[in-house]
Order: sequence, then structure tokens, then C-alpha cells
Amino acid sequence: MERVPILKIGNILLVSIQVDMSDQTAVALQEDLAERIVATGCHGVIIDITALDIVDSFVGRMLSTIASISRVLDAETVVVGMRPAVAITLVELGLSLNGIRTALNVERGMELIAIDRADDDHDDPDDDLVPEPTASP
Amino acid sequence: MALSADESGRLGELLTSRAELVTQRWTEIIAGQLRGRLSQAELVRQVQELHRALVDALSKGAVDLNAEDATELRAVLAEFSRGQARQGFSATETATGVFALKEALLSVLQADQDAGTLRDYVSFSALVDQMGLFTFETFVRTRESLIADQAEQLLELSTPVVKLWEGVVAVPLVGTLDSARAQVVMERLLQTLVDTGSPYAIIDITGVPAVDTQVAQHILKTVVAARLMGADCIISGIRPQIAQTIVALGIEFGDIATKASLADALRHVLRLTGVEASRRQSRREA
Repeated sequence: MERVPILKIGNILLVSIQVDMSDQTAVALQEDLAERIVATGCHGVIIDITALDIVDSFVGRMLSTIASISRVLDAETVVVGMRPAVAITLVELGLSLNGIRTALNVERGMELIAIDRADDDHDDPDDDLVPEPTASP
Repeated sequence: MALSADESGRLGELLTSRAELVTQRWTEIIAGQLRGRLSQAELVRQVQELHRALVDALSKGAVDLNAEDATELRAVLAEFSRGQARQGFSATETATGVFALKEALLSVLQADQDAGTLRDYVSFSALVDQMGLFTFETFVRTRESLIADQAEQLLELSTPVVKLWEGVVAVPLVGTLDSARAQVVMERLLQTLVDTGSPYAIIDITGVPAVDTQVAQHILKTVVAARLMGADCIISGIRPQIAQTIVALGIEFGDIATKASLADALRHVLRLTGVEASRRQSRREA
């Protein structure tokens, strides 16, 4: 059985799907990814589907599941590199990939995750700072 | 209904012997109808050409317009009809150009009263009818191909995708948006997003004369597809009347940003990207 490789780049796990997904491959990928997120403590997962010609409801559901699993483990999932033809087909079919964030390419995906982490890191001090000026007058 | 070989021969003979008279009368009838929109010389040339082709076909023994011997006659008729279509003459004017031959023949035949002549005339007029119908069909076909050509040209020149700023592309839509054009626009926009790596696209509908539910549906599909690919779309150029129509029709754009002008849309995008840039900067400083 083919396994999809998972690469670690800095604080991000990169999954590049380049084979046709079967049930077994999808389940194996979900298991591997969950283990790697826990083992590495990464906060971002990028799934690259540039090589996929066809995204059907099966692949769509798999992406949703992976995103949900990652979210439980406190990692943000971004799907990148969807082809125009794939996007058009998904829209025509009425599949909207709910709950999945997307970016044009890997670089943009990494930026997106970096911004999110920055927001999360800064959120707490911001929240503390904001009420003070409003409360003083 | 086909002519008998005899009739065809007699008609050929008649057309040859009274050539002068027939073409003259024929030309007069057409000229009266066109009212000087075609020069006399051009008209005479056309009529003589048709006359010559008809005599040729009859002398070869053609009894029917679909016959092998009438190939040249068909070609001349098609040429005549095509010319009329391109010069903007109406279908009636074109067909009457051929039917005028009947009247011309009648005026020639009136000279000799004979029971046989009448029968001949009925057969001749069947042939002329065939010629007229053929002309009409060619006329319609020419017009159709003209329309198809123009539609294709329109599709080619009407969907540019322009780069407005670093990471911002815009599609100025001009003209009515039907399914075929919407498809072309969608494909070209999405491909440009991939090629340029732009995360923002502005769809400007200033040039769209009317927005109905179908047009809105096409635009929404494009926006959703762009979002799936990780790019954000802003709709701009919504004129006051269009805004009223959209509300009256109950079209919902949801959380898609809509702006009145292209400038507003660009400012909106720059503000978004500016926020990101400053965030990144503040993170680096921190």
C-alpha cells in the first residue's frame, strides 16, 4: 500500500498528495498525521493537492476529517494548490469543503498559518490592554 | 417537380432568342424594388450572369436544380445570395430577385397565345421557385455564419484579466453575461490567480447592463471557486439601479465584499494587505 509522506518544515507539517487516494491510504494518512502532530507539537498542517486532477466527495470528506482531527490537536489545516478545473467542478457539484481553509500555494499557506499563530500569541496581551483605556475616563 | 427534357429545351431556346428582352425586364423589376441601393451596372452584371448560368444549365439538359448539370447555376445563385446577405439586403429582396424572372418570362410569353405555352410556363415557374428557395436557404446560412463569427469575436475580446497591484487582479466585465461567457471568465480568472499567485481578485461589473438571478448565480459561482482555491473576491462597480434590482430580486451576496467603485475595492484590498503586512512587522519586532 502506498503511504503519503509527511514532511516537517519548521513548525509546520507538509503533506503533498501525489497518488490517487483509496480508503486505506486515507485512513493511514489520518493515523500518521495525528501521530506526527502529537510527536512534533506542530501547530500547522498544509495539505498540497496540486497534483490531484480529481477531487470528489470522498477526497473532500477526507480533507474535512483531517482538518477536524488537526483542530482537536490544536493545529491549523490549510489546503493549498487546488487547480482551477477542480475548483470549478466542486462548485458545479455544490461541494463547498466546509470548515477547510485554502490558499493558492504552499508559500501563502505558510504565511496564513504564521499570521494565525501571531494572532493567537498576541491575543492575550491585546485583550488585557484594550479594556484599560476605555475604563479609565 | 422536374421539367421534362422537352420543356427544358424550349425554355433554353426562349431565353436565348429573347435574351435581350428577358434580362431587360428582369433588371427593371429588381431595380424598381431596390430603389437605387445597387448601381445599375452592378445589377445588370448580376442579372446577366444569372441568365447566362441558367441558359448554360438548360442547354446541358438540366431538368432540375439538384441535377448534376446545374452545379454551376447553383454556384452562381449561391454567390448572388451571399453578396446580397453581406450587403445587408433583406431575405425578401434577395428571393424576389430570382422570382422576378417569372414576371419577365410572362411578359415575353404574352406575345404568343397558345395552350402549350401556358403549360410550359407553369413548369418553368416550378424551376424558378426551386431557384428562389435555394437562394433563400443560402441567404439564411450566410447570415447565420456571420452571426456565429461575430459572437465568437465578442467572446474573445471581452474578457481580459488585468493585474491592478502586487497580488491583486481585476476582471472588468463588459456586456451581457451568459453561461458561455461566464464559464470563460471563470476559467480565465482562476487560471490567472494560479499563474500570478494573487490572493485577491476584483470583479468589476460596471459594464454589465443588467444583473438578474442568473448573472448573479454565475458571479457567485466564480467567487466560491476562487475561495476554494484560497483567493478572495470583491465585487465592484455596482450602479444604483443594479443595487435596487439586486435587492428587489432578493439576491444574497452573503459575506462577499461589494463596493460601489473599482477604486473603493482596491482601497479595501490594500487595507486588508496592509493590515497583514503591519501584523507581520509587529510580530518580527516583538
